[in-house]
Amino acid sequence: MAGRGRGRGRGQLSFCMEAVGIGKGENLPPSTVQPTQLFPPLEHKPVPLQTGEEAEYMLALKQEFRAAMKTLPFYVRPAAPKKDVERYSDKYQNTEPSDNTTEWSPDWRRFPKELRVRVKRPLSEKSTVVPKHSKQPRVDKEEIIRKLETLEKKEEEVSSDEEEGEKKKTEEEEAEGEEEYDEEEFEEVRFLLASICRWALHLM
Amino acid sequence: MTVQEVRLCGLLLQEHFGEVVEKVGTELLRSGALNLRALAHQTGIQLDLVKKSLCVLAQHSMCVFGPGRRGPGGPVEYTVNSERILYMLRYPRYIYTAKSLYGDTGELVIEEILQRGQMTMSSTVKTVADRLTHSMEDGQSMEYSEVIAAFTRLVETHFLQRCPLMDNAGAAGRTSSAVSESPAPAAAPPVQPENFPDCYKIPQIHLTGRGKRRRSSEDGDAEERGTKKAKVDSAAVCGDEGIYWQVNFERFHLHFRHQAIISAVASKLDQTSSEIVRTMLRLSEVTTPANATYTQALSANEIFRALPASYNIGRPILDQYLTLLVDDPMEFVSKTGDSGGGMYVVNLHRALANLARATLESVVQERFGSRSARIFRLLLRKRHLEQKQVEDFAMIPAKEAKDMLYTLLSENLVQLQEIPKTPDYAPSRTFYLYTVNQLPTARLLLQNCYKAVGNLIERRLFETKENKRHLEKSQRIEAILASLQASGADAAQLTEVEEMITPPERQQLEALRHHINKLDSSENQVDETIFLLESYISSTSSSR
Repeated sequence: MAGRGRGRGRGQLSFCMEAVGIGKGENLPPSTVQPTQLFPPLEHKPVPLQTGEEAEYMLALKQEFRAAMKTLPFYVRPAAPKKDVERYSDKYQNTEPSDNTTEWSPDWRRFPKELRVRVKRPLSEKSTVVPKHSKQPRVDKEEIIRKLETLEKKEEEVSSDEEEGEKKKTEEEEAEGEEEYDEEEFEEVRFLLASICRWALHLM
Repeated sequence: MTVQEVRLCGLLLQEHFGEVVEKVGTELLRSGALNLRALAHQTGIQLDLVKKSLCVLAQHSMCVFGPGRRGPGGPVEYTVNSERILYMLRYPRYIYTAKSLYGDTGELVIEEILQRGQMTMSSTVKTVADRLTHSMEDGQSMEYSEVIAAFTRLVETHFLQRCPLMDNAGAAGRTSSAVSESPAPAAAPPVQPENFPDCYKIPQIHLTGRGKRRRSSEDGDAEERGTKKAKVDSAAVCGDEGIYWQVNFERFHLHFRHQAIISAVASKLDQTSSEIVRTMLRLSEVTTPANATYTQALSANEIFRALPASYNIGRPILDQYLTLLVDDPMEFVSKTGDSGGGMYVVNLHRALANLARATLESVVQERFGSRSARIFRLLLRKRHLEQKQVEDFAMIPAKEAKDMLYTLLSENLVQLQEIPKTPDYAPSRTFYLYTVNQLPTARLLLQNCYKAVGNLIERRLFETKENKRHLEKSQRIEAILASLQASGADAAQLTEVEEMITPPERQQLEALRHHINKLDSSENQVDETIFLLESYISSTSSSR
């Protein structure tokens, strides 16, 4: 039933022409076949703006407020674009926009903790971190080998003069050791020697 | 959340907080509630910047956060309050009102709090005192106690209120299980500032002193010591830590509504009637809730006693004025009883509806001419009319009436209502009536206003961008001039610097300044219409 009127009812409209006021045979204005213009011509000019002390004062307030907001830390600036190549002048030019958002931080008791930005402390230009203490004094390898050789010789002496007693030997070696080596190295060497003697005695 | 509202909010955020906050804000407006990760992913901005933007928005109460859809255990979700962003358009009006009511001190207090969103009382007082001292003559400075007095007055009249406590327990999702053992219900309503019992209580603070003048002169040592002392002062606890104050926008809006009603009465009747209405509104300010349909009933005796001393009219004259107000077709005031010499109320909602209707009529008149306005007013009064009846009642020839009606119909200001005689809606057997519905038309005009303000802002940004080079040059020259003057140069050098701007450039800059002022001024005035229409629409929704 819906398709039956397709051919015949093409000229019919959904409303009655007479009721809306269009008589038969009246020439209507041309139908629009395109969207309305972007800037249609203004037939009635708009009313002029209000002027006066109040309007001017509010205008000044508005412009000052806008200018003030730009200087406050609430004006978030986008991140500086990454440089393609590091340039020599970067060291002398502060190219980063002064990030004044770090001047303000809200009361964290009232804000979710996840919004907290951990501010990375900028790398100090003074120096890299100096190691607090050297774990071990750097000792030359050759020096170590020389010491071990002398120790071996001494060990042989020690093993031959065994009857004299440990202490005396260690004392002798200690005395000898003191003359030749540094204090630290001497301590190590003494310890090493003592352990070797004990081990040698064990074997015997 | 209409397209125009989102666009306007985006432009306002961009102007005041920058592009990053604008992107974050628009994304939240479009998508509703989002958590941090989703927001960072959808905007494509670095996580740190997103966090900063959310902090800024929350500081200004434009963004609220709370437990998300997954309950207290899930990530925090953020929602943006578009109304609050649109209030930014009205900031100059708030500041000007504070100035007219409480003088320069009040103006600066409100301005500082609007700029920073929320502030403690002590920091506000210090900043305002410093600013006032800066503008005063040398040797004078502003006492803190005066600023505190102005602040107290603002709080007493409810223009400032305490910020509501934030429910941080729900927000810190990853804390220990001790928090979850005392659960806040997931569907807890957001804490309204009015529900907070100490909303308007002034904290006891120990703050004495005067404003400090920022010296830009030779005594650098004194300044150093001064700044060190200032740091110590600010570090000292003033007794009001954690108590933040914000501007109570609802109270300002109430004030603006009353102002609109009073000025309408003044222009329709006369000054004395407007004074009577002003007295009635003032008496019922504290007793009437914000969205009431009409004020508390006041007797004529009370009104007579409370009239300002300058208006010493006799009692029978007052009665005549009241009768006049009651009989006026605008129905601003109605009589609700006879005790106490007659009980009178101000009809707030009806007054707002009348003001909105007047706005609609004037819009039609200015855009389509006075005859179309006549047809529009006719339809507003008579509700439904046929084509023939419109022509007869408006006394306009048929052809022109038809033309105007169709223009109004195409602009959607007038609607066509079909009333069938037969159930099959046959065109020859249906009545076609023209009608105007005030509320939908008001909404339509409100969206047009938002679009208009958006266009004004965009045009202003365009103009500024076009002439950026000129503006920068003029700013640089002004800076050079100022530094030369400060260091005491002679007139020849000054004129030489001034001549660096050529006359055509000067003209161009002048024209630019003129355009920008005009655009800014228009924004302020469109905002007045926006306020009226918004008040009307919200009054109808609350009374339903």
